[in-house]
Amino acid sequence: MKKTLADLKRGEIGIIIGLITEEIPLKLLEMGCLPGNEVKLLQVAPFSCPLYLNVNDSHLAIRKEIAKQIEIELV
Amino acid sequence: MSKNINVSLIGNPNTGKTSVFNLLTGLNQQVGNYPGITVERKAGICKLPRGTKAHILDLPGTYSLNASSLDENVVIEVLMNKNDRDYPDVAVVVSDVENLKRNLLLFTQIKDLDIPTILVINMVDRMASKGISLDIPALEAQLNTKIVLMSARKKQGVDELKNSILEYKKLSIEPCLNASDIDRNYFDGLQKAFPQQPLYKLWLVITQDVNFANLDRNSIEDATGFHTKKKSDLKRLQQKETIKRYQFINETLKKTQTIDIASAKGLRASLDRILIHKVWGYVIFFAILLFIFQAIYDWTGYPMDLIDGAFAWLSDYCRSALPIGVFTDLLAEGIIPGLGGVVIFIPQIAFLFFFISILEETGYMSRVVFLMDRIMRRFGLSGKSVVPLISGTACAIPAVMATRNIESWKQRLITILVVPFTTCAARLPVYLIIISLIIPKERIAWIFGYQSLTLMLLYLLGFGTALLSSWLLNKFLKIPNKTFFVVEMPNYKLPLFKNVMINVIEKTKAFIAGAGKIILAISIILWVLASYGPGEKFNNAENIVTKQSSNINLDTNTLESKISSYKLEHSYIGYMGKAIEPLVAPLGYDWKIGIAIISSFAAREVFVGTLATIYSVGNEEEETIKNKMAAEINPITGGKLFNFASGMSLLLFYAFAMQCVSTIAIVKKETNGWRWPAIQFVFMSGLAYISALVAYQFLK
Repeated sequence: MKKTLADLKRGEIGIIIGLITEEIPLKLLEMGCLPGNEVKLLQVAPFSCPLYLNVNDSHLAIRKEIAKQIEIELV
Repeated sequence: MSKNINVSLIGNPNTGKTSVFNLLTGLNQQVGNYPGITVERKAGICKLPRGTKAHILDLPGTYSLNASSLDENVVIEVLMNKNDRDYPDVAVVVSDVENLKRNLLLFTQIKDLDIPTILVINMVDRMASKGISLDIPALEAQLNTKIVLMSARKKQGVDELKNSILEYKKLSIEPCLNASDIDRNYFDGLQKAFPQQPLYKLWLVITQDVNFANLDRNSIEDATGFHTKKKSDLKRLQQKETIKRYQFINETLKKTQTIDIASAKGLRASLDRILIHKVWGYVIFFAILLFIFQAIYDWTGYPMDLIDGAFAWLSDYCRSALPIGVFTDLLAEGIIPGLGGVVIFIPQIAFLFFFISILEETGYMSRVVFLMDRIMRRFGLSGKSVVPLISGTACAIPAVMATRNIESWKQRLITILVVPFTTCAARLPVYLIIISLIIPKERIAWIFGYQSLTLMLLYLLGFGTALLSSWLLNKFLKIPNKTFFVVEMPNYKLPLFKNVMINVIEKTKAFIAGAGKIILAISIILWVLASYGPGEKFNNAENIVTKQSSNINLDTNTLESKISSYKLEHSYIGYMGKAIEPLVAPLGYDWKIGIAIISSFAAREVFVGTLATIYSVGNEEEETIKNKMAAEINPITGGKLFNFASGMSLLLFYAFAMQCVSTIAIVKKETNGWRWPAIQFVFMSGLAYISALVAYQFLK
């Protein structure tokens, strides 16, 4: 089964291997969510949304729906 | 030799771009709007050596030239169009030493636009504590640009920046990315068709649907004879472009930047652990909110009294110093109190924005957005709606303007529509006087008095109604909701006092400009309506009243007050009040309150002042007004006019009524039309009327 960003646990690091949907906003890539980049889950808000990540040295918050569209591989 | 240079300041948000702008321009700033759209335009002048002037345009912060919102669109419009009056001679891209990797994306895009570009690396004072070291000459060579290291906080690097701007002609305009690498066939063909234009610019015309020169997307696609590329193809190419740019950036930084993780200090992580903690995060947030409100409440009392006194004095002075006549009356009783009504809110508004500004400058606001997003979305709002909702407790006008950074139009619209429900400063005078009339002074549990409890409940009512309405609007508004929430969590910083003050001044100016003119205009109109009346009764007021009270011995003051009261009753506004009496009687009001409600349509706080006149109180001493109000008898019931039922009815009316012409005006501006403010007005007035009605009928 594919692992996505939404499956990361707090403190875990993963490598982005792909984007599941075409509908992903360009902005996400521009902020650093590119295949090959490392992503670490820093914290999660209550109800697991949004997620606070460190990706490509950028500190971002994204919603769970989008996190589900980013496929990762655990490091 | 005097020359003018156009400079565009661009950069990611949170890079300290504003600080750089403030350092360059000082207070020589002008804030307005771009023509035709509601995006803030910030420009300023900077004196360079050798008698040259730089016209600096601080463009909206953006992460990329691929625009995803209205203000990001502005950036491309300015940078692409050589005929735009703001088109820059040189672009200054501001980046922050901790986020260089991401900041450089925008830099490489701008470098490809054929504009001489300078790279400012800001916040260099943090380099040591983050273990970052840069090989500047190598970086300059790789990026083919001039780099200026700055610490806006420590005011370092300004002169070097000014010199670099002056010498802009020495900069190379070689692009960073060879666009052909994205898709050889497509781009080579594109370049061949338009050999004069930089390739990246052509690409932007196609993807962003921007026009410049006489090129637009269709003409390009016609000229090149390509199949019109499908949206998904274009998107895939954009993704490839982004990937290629980051490849270039990564290689560049690998050669020129070293980060020593061991010496990097992690204050951010520790702070985040508490501030966005599942429980403590919210506790701290509410504690901070409580503190802000309490502080505003406590600290603004004194300046507000001062302002009140000053304007009252000014009014009296005019009356005595100027010759008797219409103009003097207009000045002393219409214009000056009208102006006073606007100025008196400045302390509250200034303080609120002072605190909000500090929260934003420190980076804490992003954490608030993070904490509140999930909850807000249940109600159809965005996490970014928190700031406007909080600002609404000062005044709805800057609050509505603060919605500009909400990406989704639907969420932004809903926020704009519900913000007026939050208890704004203008409602306070009304609330306070009614509460003191109908709620007992007793305390429960030592510290909580019934009166302050009621006030707090009213505030909660405002917020609750805002949330409920947004939930309803979310369900019923048929607007596509494309939202993508990608929020940067900036590092924590100490707020720069200068930035905070400039921000407060700008927001206050916005309030005065937006509300001030309207309140003043309507105050004057209302004064006219209250000072003139049709027919004999008004004109002969003095005689009539004197005759009426000839058998009672009245001192001059009381007689004059009675005359004023009689005049008001028979003025235009008095007749208007009587006319709507049947409408407001079921709510427990009489025609006198009716007049006060009509006149407070300009600005809610006018309610108290009007009541003072109606109950023929010479001055606006609160105690006297209260006593008079307490003594008023309801003609129908024979009991007190201001009893619990009618008082609650009034409170609810003012909680919900859209009684602020200035808010209507700003909503019209921000939603580009009359449709939404009209709907807002009808809905809120309806809600106000019905709840006041129900309250009175139920409680009486």
